[in-house]
Amino acid sequence: MKYLSEFRDPSLAKALLAEIHTTVTRPWTLMEVCGGQTHAIVRSGIDQLLPSSLHLVHGPGCPVCVTPISFIDKAINLAARPEIILTTFGDMMRVPGSIGNLLEAKSRGNDVRMVYSVLEAISLAQENPHSQIVFFGVGFETTAPGNAMAILQAQRLGLDNFSILACHVLVPPALRALLDNKENKVDGYLAAGNVCTIMGLEEYQEIVDDYKVPIVATGLEPVDILAGILDAVRQLEKGEYRLENEYKRSVTPTGNLHARKIIDQIFRRCDRNWRGIGVLSQSGLAIRDQFAAFDAEHKFQPQAAEETDNGCMAGQVLQGLLKPPSCPFFGNRCKPEHPLGATMVSGEGACAAYYKYHRLTT
Amino acid sequence: MKDEMNRGYPNPIAKQDVVTLAHGNGGKFSAELIERFMLPRFANEHLNRLEDQATLAISSGRIAFSTDSYVVSPIFFPGGDIGDLAVNGTVNDVAMSGARPLYLSLALIIEEGLPFVDLERILDSIQKAARLAGVAIVTGDTKVVERGSCDKIFINTSGIGILADNIRLGADRIQAGDKIIISGTLADHGMTILTTRNKLSFENSLQSDTAPLADLVQTMLSAAPNIHALRDPTRGGVAMTLNEFAQQTGLGFALEEAALPINDSVRGACEILGIDPLYVANEGKLIAVVRAQEADSLLTAMRNHPLGQQAAIIGEVNAETSKLVTLTTLLGATRVVDIPVAEQLPRIC
Repeated sequence: MKYLSEFRDPSLAKALLAEIHTTVTRPWTLMEVCGGQTHAIVRSGIDQLLPSSLHLVHGPGCPVCVTPISFIDKAINLAARPEIILTTFGDMMRVPGSIGNLLEAKSRGNDVRMVYSVLEAISLAQENPHSQIVFFGVGFETTAPGNAMAILQAQRLGLDNFSILACHVLVPPALRALLDNKENKVDGYLAAGNVCTIMGLEEYQEIVDDYKVPIVATGLEPVDILAGILDAVRQLEKGEYRLENEYKRSVTPTGNLHARKIIDQIFRRCDRNWRGIGVLSQSGLAIRDQFAAFDAEHKFQPQAAEETDNGCMAGQVLQGLLKPPSCPFFGNRCKPEHPLGATMVSGEGACAAYYKYHRLTT
Repeated sequence: MKDEMNRGYPNPIAKQDVVTLAHGNGGKFSAELIERFMLPRFANEHLNRLEDQATLAISSGRIAFSTDSYVVSPIFFPGGDIGDLAVNGTVNDVAMSGARPLYLSLALIIEEGLPFVDLERILDSIQKAARLAGVAIVTGDTKVVERGSCDKIFINTSGIGILADNIRLGADRIQAGDKIIISGTLADHGMTILTTRNKLSFENSLQSDTAPLADLVQTMLSAAPNIHALRDPTRGGVAMTLNEFAQQTGLGFALEEAALPINDSVRGACEILGIDPLYVANEGKLIAVVRAQEADSLLTAMRNHPLGQQAAIIGEVNAETSKLVTLTTLLGATRVVDIPVAEQLPRIC
């Protein structure tokens, strides 16, 4: 398939692997930031084929995983209101809050609907003028432009029954937080190519300059990931640190200017609590006051209890400080059918990737 | 007739074009439903007697008996509808024993308000599928429930087939070293339903693979009478079927990613939605487990059959990775293909 098979081409991948093996002479630790990359790595088995001294640790780039419990509780509480139809992407459905998950809320009779695009939620609002349609919009810089567009569209259509429960997060502040952590042993980073496609590379250049670490913007297919790894270890072996772009077919230095403009128009930066990690300064996006009519938090004031600690160590996993199989709860107290945290059930969660694909070696 | 139908039906428009509760109450309207819609399509010596049961003479051999209920939404989808699905699904379950399916029961649970045109379209497709599969519908039932009590129409079919005494297929016969064969491409049905249900349009339209496999099975048994096991990978897909085999046999089932036949359009839809085709339902495919020595001749026979043209050997059974299904990836690494926990849900980005 065009634009897909060539980036999974076994011969290309094997050539890159061979090059990585000849390049690496010392132990290095790289972090792939994006959960989609984590799954591609574990699913294709790249981690098994790398030199034994080259370690991959998994980063915080799983939007479902870092969405705080309080937001999931708010979504569940919104869904419980008879006038509300709560819409969300599929992989949010099974993520546990403190009062269950959205799939259970649906089974209890609440109107929770899985959509594939925020535009479906807009259509629902048009078709159901007597219901309030709330879209639970989470995600990094990748999903923010779509949600921003939806708000503009709802405004254009004069919809007074559409709003978003927005919990967007931003990659660069999270990267800086990881780099500021003294326990962090990561030598180089594979930045999420899909996020860089939207936002460009400027913020990453600043991080490279400030922290003197190599960062490589990297795609999500096996050949992309191997090219990113090779670029990073070449720099490390030479003692260099640069920002490189190994995803040139999608990422430009300035990103998608139109998308960035729309994000800025609708959202402002805010402090955000990351599940398992804590509050990171200016790491989230909140809907601007002038669009408060489309902000479900403002409109409905949903409640959420204080977050409690159930022992889940996903925060450590999301910061690359703990590999999923090393977690004492992995595969026993915590399984996909009864997860302690979101990383075990999200399609991009590292624990889910290891549980699903990797029990041969763990 | 028209006057009779008006009685008790205040809505004069609805009465003529849709199924009403009266069609399920056992009275005149029920009889009309059978006479007008069922008998002309399904007539055979057993059904025509209109007894409470069919009495069937049994020749020598054993009976294979299976039942399944069909609740698919949407009821019409590219490549088929709930009608042919209900015939093929049960025919295939019976056929996986090696039996020739002969008889079906047909029970309809209809939500009041189902347009007659939809009912007729479904019944036409049941008729066509039954004829193609060589099965007779010998007994049936129709119930009509209030709006909201079911989703348009649910169908239950049970099937009976006959098989010779010497045919013994089953997981208990699988041995290490056996080859795993699939009769064609993966995930066509499930991805068709998913994309149709959610009105997702893809450039190359997807199509369900619903088809009766009984004839293919007979062809296969002629070519390789010692096939160890057959199963159709419906719900949960190939991953679920092989995990069931692995649990039942205690053996390992090792797949080769490069060998899996998948249509480009299905692969594309799976990629976009973040869904693994190994876990997606098929309705016209079977998995055969066969001794290595017989695998090539069986594969040739399958490829000469219209429903097996894209058959492929996708892996083999081993004694090492006990109770696990594994996959050698395109890059040559090996990973587990786990038992699906729940329905796959599309990812965010």
